[in-house]
Amino acid sequence: MSEPAIENQSTIMNKTTHPLLQSWKNFFRKLSKNKAALVGGFLILFFIVVALIGPYFTPYQPDTTDVVNKLQPPTADHWFGTDHHGRDIFSRIIHGMSITLYVGFFSVILGATAGVVLGIIAGYYGGRIDAFIMRCMDVLLAFPGILLALAIVSVLGGSLQNVIIAVAVFSIPVFARIVRGSTLETRKLEYIDAIKALGASDFRIIFKHILPNVSSPIIVQATLNIATAVLTASGLSFLGLGAQPPTPEWGAMLADGRNYLYNAPHVAFFPGVMIVFVVLAFNILGDGLRDALDPKMKD
Amino acid sequence: MFTYIVRRLVQTIPVLIGVTIIVFSLMHLIPGDPAQIMAGESAPKEQVENIRERLGLNDPYPVQYWNYISNAVQGDLGSSIRSGRSVSSEIGGRLMVTIELAFYSTILSVFLGLIAGIVSATKQYSFQDVSLMILALFGLSMPNFWLGLMLINWFAIGFDLPSWVPFLENTSWFKPSGWGSFQQVLLPVITLGTGGAAIIARMTRSSMLDVIDEDYIRTARAKGAKERVVIYQHALKNALIPVVTVVGLQFGALLGGAVLTETVFAINGLGKLIIDSIRARDFPIVQGGVLVAALVFVAVNLIVDMAYRFLNKRIDLN
Repeated sequence: MSEPAIENQSTIMNKTTHPLLQSWKNFFRKLSKNKAALVGGFLILFFIVVALIGPYFTPYQPDTTDVVNKLQPPTADHWFGTDHHGRDIFSRIIHGMSITLYVGFFSVILGATAGVVLGIIAGYYGGRIDAFIMRCMDVLLAFPGILLALAIVSVLGGSLQNVIIAVAVFSIPVFARIVRGSTLETRKLEYIDAIKALGASDFRIIFKHILPNVSSPIIVQATLNIATAVLTASGLSFLGLGAQPPTPEWGAMLADGRNYLYNAPHVAFFPGVMIVFVVLAFNILGDGLRDALDPKMKD
Repeated sequence: MFTYIVRRLVQTIPVLIGVTIIVFSLMHLIPGDPAQIMAGESAPKEQVENIRERLGLNDPYPVQYWNYISNAVQGDLGSSIRSGRSVSSEIGGRLMVTIELAFYSTILSVFLGLIAGIVSATKQYSFQDVSLMILALFGLSMPNFWLGLMLINWFAIGFDLPSWVPFLENTSWFKPSGWGSFQQVLLPVITLGTGGAAIIARMTRSSMLDVIDEDYIRTARAKGAKERVVIYQHALKNALIPVVTVVGLQFGALLGGAVLTETVFAINGLGKLIIDSIRARDFPIVQGGVLVAALVFVAVNLIVDMAYRFLNKRIDLN
């Protein structure tokens, strides 16, 4: 094959890039222009690295008590001070990072999976199935945020696993609504009718054609929902209904610090600051993703 | 509009039925025997049987649900395991405190949110805009229970000021707990209102920016209207329509958020009652509290939805 022929072929290949690949390229191009989103993304990456390798480098073990040095303010030995058992708060915060991220990611993955499945079924099949699923979602949305999680935890009992289930359940309706809307729009497109006429199965249509089309809003919502999940989970632990002592969960650490506000405010201060930073990072990234994936945004 | 209201009310019925089913099922989802759990591990058999009988747990499930609903419609939500008092009377006084807290917090968040949103939108990309939006992002990301603790630390416990500061010996101006006086109300209201203010500020900004680009605003400016008139009489009026929805939803969300704020400030509201009852395994109170909070939330959503349709004349009500 001659050289010009090769050139022509590569030009054609570039011109006929798969639309999905092209849309992802556009997305990353827009995202790389959004400085705030990049900052959010790097912060999250940093937190993940800290959660993975941080516990191997902490100066103290999270459960090591030192009653002689209890409630010490921040010093060179204890950067964030010590708590009422003399445990090093900095070490506990580093160990707690993985718990916070684990709860945030897993509750949203669980909630998003259930929400996406329900949303696609409702949007794709329509009719009574749609009406039934969406009325169920309306019922879940009728409970004010944390209250539904609280009700679930009150029944299942206070533990980290139950917090994940509770937060996942209250995330379901948001995803179901978004995915249903996008599925309805996609289903009406002519090429879906064409594929159906060619004999494609529902399963193939949903996974090959509808799911990729609804992936953008799912990613944006999931990022923003992780922020909400972290806040709710730490709130439940603060109330004593989530992680149980001596787990170094930030909400539970804050609850401990509540009793020592007068003489050792640092016990409550640092875990709270860390929650703010993690939630902030997910909110910034979520905002950036929304801007990048919003078709109304001009280049 | 009347047809729309009726249709919307009818649509609410299945939601209410679903809410009652979930709340009713709470008791039955408890792993093990709910009567035994409520009575305690070492409780005598007679006491357990007494609780089971009192709660009607021996009846078939549909019969129990029907009894629960028919009693709830008449305001009878059962009685507390701890105090023996009726759930309705336990909740009654507490609910008003929570509504009061949510109401003041909504006023604060609307006030702060609107000012921040308008300033940001009218001075887009300026120093004020960037600072206010960063502040709003922090407000959105802050756990309100932590903010409450820090406010207690700074303004209720206080810190000693240097001796050269006149008139003030320390900064313990407010009370760290309770509800009633201004010194008790302000810190919880700030704690609960901050997140809402951040959401309203972001919403107002984006809504104002959408409106400011419209043709009629350009026309008003071209006709020589003063900038203040353009912003406040033309732009803000239309920009506020979507903000109304957010404000209404915020009020409902604050009812849930009040759980944490009430716990931090030891306020005897509905949220604290639910938490205390969860700890004491007093499930009739938990059921009643969650049901009442959900009903208030549904009612607020309904009112907001109607107000939105009423304000936004462009939506076809039919």
